[in-house]
Amino acid sequence: MTLLLVENLAKGFGGVCAVDNVSFRLEAGELLAMIGPNGAGKSTCFNMVNGQLRPDAGRVLLDGKNIVGLPPHDIWRMGVGRTFQIAATFGSMTAVENVQMALISREGLLYRMWRRADRHAREEAMSLLERVGMADQAERPCGILAYGDVKRIELAIALANRPKVLLMDEPTAGMAPKERIALMALTRDLAHENGIGVLFTEHSMDVVFGYADKLIVLARGKMIAEGDRDSVRDNPRVREVYFGAGKTAGLHA
Amino acid sequence: MSAAGLLVQLLNGLADASSLFLLSAGLSLIFGVSRIVNFAHGSLYMLGAYVAYSILERIGGTPLGFWGSVLLAALAVGAIGAMIEIVVLRRIYRTPELFQLLATFAVSLIVKDAVLAIWGIEDLLGPRAPGLAGAISILGRRLPQYDAMLILIGVVVLAGLHLLLTRTRWGVLLRAATQDRDMVGALGVNQALLMTSVFCLGAFLAGLGGALQLPREPANAGIDITAIGDAFVVVVVGGLGSIPGAFLAAVLIAEIKALCIALGTIALPFGLTIAFPKFTLVAEFVVMAVVLVLRPWGLLGKPQAAAVSAGPPETPLAPAGRAQKWLASAVFVALLLLPLLAGGNSYAIVLAIDIFVGVLFATSLHFIMGPGGMHSFGHAAYFGLGAYASALLLKAAGLPMPVALLLSPLGGGLGALLFGWFCVRLSGVYLAMLTLAFGQIVWSIVLQWDDLTGGSNGIIGVWPSAWLASKTTYFYLALVVCAACVLAIRRILFSPFGFALRATRDSSLRSEAIGIDVRRIQWIAFIVAGAFCGLAGGLFAFSKGSISPETISVSRSIDGLVMVLLGGVQSLAGPVIGAASFLVLQDQVARDFEYWRAALGVLILILVLAFPGGLVGALRFRLRRA
Repeated sequence: MTLLLVENLAKGFGGVCAVDNVSFRLEAGELLAMIGPNGAGKSTCFNMVNGQLRPDAGRVLLDGKNIVGLPPHDIWRMGVGRTFQIAATFGSMTAVENVQMALISREGLLYRMWRRADRHAREEAMSLLERVGMADQAERPCGILAYGDVKRIELAIALANRPKVLLMDEPTAGMAPKERIALMALTRDLAHENGIGVLFTEHSMDVVFGYADKLIVLARGKMIAEGDRDSVRDNPRVREVYFGAGKTAGLHA
Repeated sequence: MSAAGLLVQLLNGLADASSLFLLSAGLSLIFGVSRIVNFAHGSLYMLGAYVAYSILERIGGTPLGFWGSVLLAALAVGAIGAMIEIVVLRRIYRTPELFQLLATFAVSLIVKDAVLAIWGIEDLLGPRAPGLAGAISILGRRLPQYDAMLILIGVVVLAGLHLLLTRTRWGVLLRAATQDRDMVGALGVNQALLMTSVFCLGAFLAGLGGALQLPREPANAGIDITAIGDAFVVVVVGGLGSIPGAFLAAVLIAEIKALCIALGTIALPFGLTIAFPKFTLVAEFVVMAVVLVLRPWGLLGKPQAAAVSAGPPETPLAPAGRAQKWLASAVFVALLLLPLLAGGNSYAIVLAIDIFVGVLFATSLHFIMGPGGMHSFGHAAYFGLGAYASALLLKAAGLPMPVALLLSPLGGGLGALLFGWFCVRLSGVYLAMLTLAFGQIVWSIVLQWDDLTGGSNGIIGVWPSAWLASKTTYFYLALVVCAACVLAIRRILFSPFGFALRATRDSSLRSEAIGIDVRRIQWIAFIVAGAFCGLAGGLFAFSKGSISPETISVSRSIDGLVMVLLGGVQSLAGPVIGAASFLVLQDQVARDFEYWRAALGVLILILVLAFPGGLVGALRFRLRRA
């Protein structure tokens, strides 16, 4: 069965059609890149898949179950992890506490009022931080970490629930080139090892063409192309959107 | 009721709507541009009435003199508003909104004492407007001419403001600043001047409203609080920053009140009656609660971008170190010895009991305000519910006193269960205003439900059981309860639930994305805080022997805020230290100094302008630098 199936998704904001009839599928272990110019509707798509926005039309099937209309916290419990375009972590907690928070939530212990939270599942949290290369910063507050580091903490948080699907909105924005490659290589390894389907948006073409198994291209809310790297690279409509009509320059991998 | 009677009643309502609109328009205008909720707006309204009274006494005999006086009074208040902006507000535009509210509250305290010093405590009724003392006959009923004039003035002011905002250069700049103040500054507009002029206009409108109300209602030193309550409701219902919204809300609220009066007492089947006129006291707050739940940004308001908190991010929670534990134990032991040192019935013991009650009250408020990030302006409601619950369980239900005290958290907790459900649907200023509204609703229900609560007389004879009756024993009871509760609240903050609560405050987006049901966590936090606060109320009731609606007043809610901010909202020890210092200070100052309110106001201003981290924050800063 397809892991994530999105059918005819649509959303308008007061007359502007932000996402119009978008459909795609994501298989386990696959990295699917969603690209397109600013305002193409990428983040809106993400927000509809994880429940932050309610679509006007369309279905989102996770393992065959329609998840449209569920709140984000329920969708997370069903196995959809997410990182944000502008990284969102808990600034008043240390890196390791941020991950522990997600683990506490996974175990369903959120309403316990007596046991110390900072002692809960510390080893597991540390090993997740280890996995994203942040173990040495575990005790530093997230509010003062460098932005690239916060993005990696976000990944560790998203992984805490052993997700089936990972939604990553511009995972490498604000990172140095070397860091980007490292983070994407890590993401690919995680996806392959654990059979996680990764849907990500990205403006860096190096990242997109280096790591995506498949691509979908949005422009003004509509899907204009989908396929593997080569077919998207050679697609004339994609070239038109990115470079304007009449140009012959190619996309570099 | 006849159709004619209803019509006149509705026209009366329109006149009330006019004065509500004048009162609120300035508040909305100021908020739109500065994002400051000006708590001193009611004080400006009150000043308008008093200043008008003084001028009217001299030149108010003729129509020209009357309207000239009204205008002069409004202009004077406008000038005072500009001065307040220049001296106080200009310095705090970048601080968190809570501090801004507190600073303007401090201004209102200073104004109140100034009014009492200049005009005294007597009610002052202004003269009728010359030439408008009669009434217009409508279908055989009489509508005062002055009311008709007020309706006209309200509409003229609305039209004038609309033209000012849409047709003048100043209005364009103002609307631009409402959207993005920094951008307007980047375009070379003198922001300081713009802000001062907005405050001046807003204060002018408030002053005008107060001056025009003088022939209808006497001026007294209490109208600032009622006025600010009304203005908040109108502005929030209309949508913060929307002038037409304020007008619409003013009409809606005034007409609903007019209808309640028109309906009178209606008999229902089974011998029940509904006294609609009694409903007027809570009508506006009910309207507000309904509107906020259905349209969280008011009738004509727009969704607000999340407030940019200017404060530095909070540091992670650290468990108490050895030194802290020793210090806390030492304080506890010293308190245990206090009755031996000070004498069992001394004044120090009475004050200490008040402090224990205050500490628990402030700590429960801090729980939702600090770690929860939800600013409650009506925390006295849960305090009062706890106090009344235990008093009624003792007197009406005949339960033994210890049981009544033990059940007091139920009173506060159940109140928070109900109100919290609504409150967690909102955030920021809207949440604060809704908590204020619920506080007022509880207050007026308690005030009016004579049969159960004893109305304004309250309940007397709420004494502890014989074995707890001596002040010394009660002191130990209060000490142990307070210490145990503060430790329990602290424990909860270090628990998974406490972490989840801070998570919802730090980032509700991230919280939802890791499976945290933000609203439910916040709701439960409300209930927990309400329960602890109710216990504080129960302790209070039995320590005083009597309670009255004053237990639930707005000023108690504000005292709680001051305690928390005085100690420092970012620190767990903050509310404890804040409450203790506030109560000692209030006790010292109030005893010897007539103008203690103004003194408190000055203290708050110093606090907000110089020590935004509170006492604990300032102390930590010192220690770190040393």
